[in-house]
Amino acid sequence: MTSVLAFLSNTPFDPETELARFRRRFDSAGGIVAFTGQVRADAGAATRLFLDHYPGFTERHIESICRDAASRFNLDGVLVVHRVGEMGPAEPIVLAAAAASHRRQAFEAVDFLMDYVKSEAPIWKREFDGVHWRWIEPTARDREEKARWSVGAPCRA
Amino acid sequence: MVRILFFGRLRDAAGGPERVMPLPDGVATAADLIAFIAARETALGAALADPTIRIVTDNEVAPRDAPLSGVAEIAFLPPASGG
Repeated sequence: MTSVLAFLSNTPFDPETELARFRRRFDSAGGIVAFTGQVRADAGAATRLFLDHYPGFTERHIESICRDAASRFNLDGVLVVHRVGEMGPAEPIVLAAAAASHRRQAFEAVDFLMDYVKSEAPIWKREFDGVHWRWIEPTARDREEKARWSVGAPCRA
Repeated sequence: MVRILFFGRLRDAAGGPERVMPLPDGVATAADLIAFIAARETALGAALADPTIRIVTDNEVAPRDAPLSGVAEIAFLPPASGG
């Protein structure tokens, strides 16, 4: 039985602490892969980010992405921590981790998790450019990244 | 009473994240509610009518012709842009 751990945080979280806890929990796994996404610090710009979410609904959606990843890649455990609310440069936004018997599944699972969390999780991003706040629309690239996991999709070179 | 939630850019279009109001007479479905709003607030109505907007009633994704009778909460979700 795979353990799925998915939660949102309104305050800054420490990816290293979360990952250490996850690793202790899956100390019999052959490998653990983790990805941390953080707020980009663009040169000179005082960028701030706000992530809107639908309490309860967003968590359940992320959990279901985690369960998909767990069964698709035969994982021992999955962890996704997603920040919401307002944050500044270099603050972690998301941590995705997968524990599996073999490294290949773990690497691919984290790639899959990030593509789906970015394009499907009900989270809406607003950016501050120093003057205005503006909502960010999903990009064609986000949709393409997810589409490559579809059944029958050609492998990326 | 029905609680209407707006997320992402729809918050700005609606002037706030939520509204609570009695279900208006003649409003039986989500599509009816969008038409009701559009008749009073053109810009918000057009934003809600966009086919990329997903509708969630009482925490379940619902089609536009889903009945609203007995629904406590309806949410309008633009395409996600997180991570």
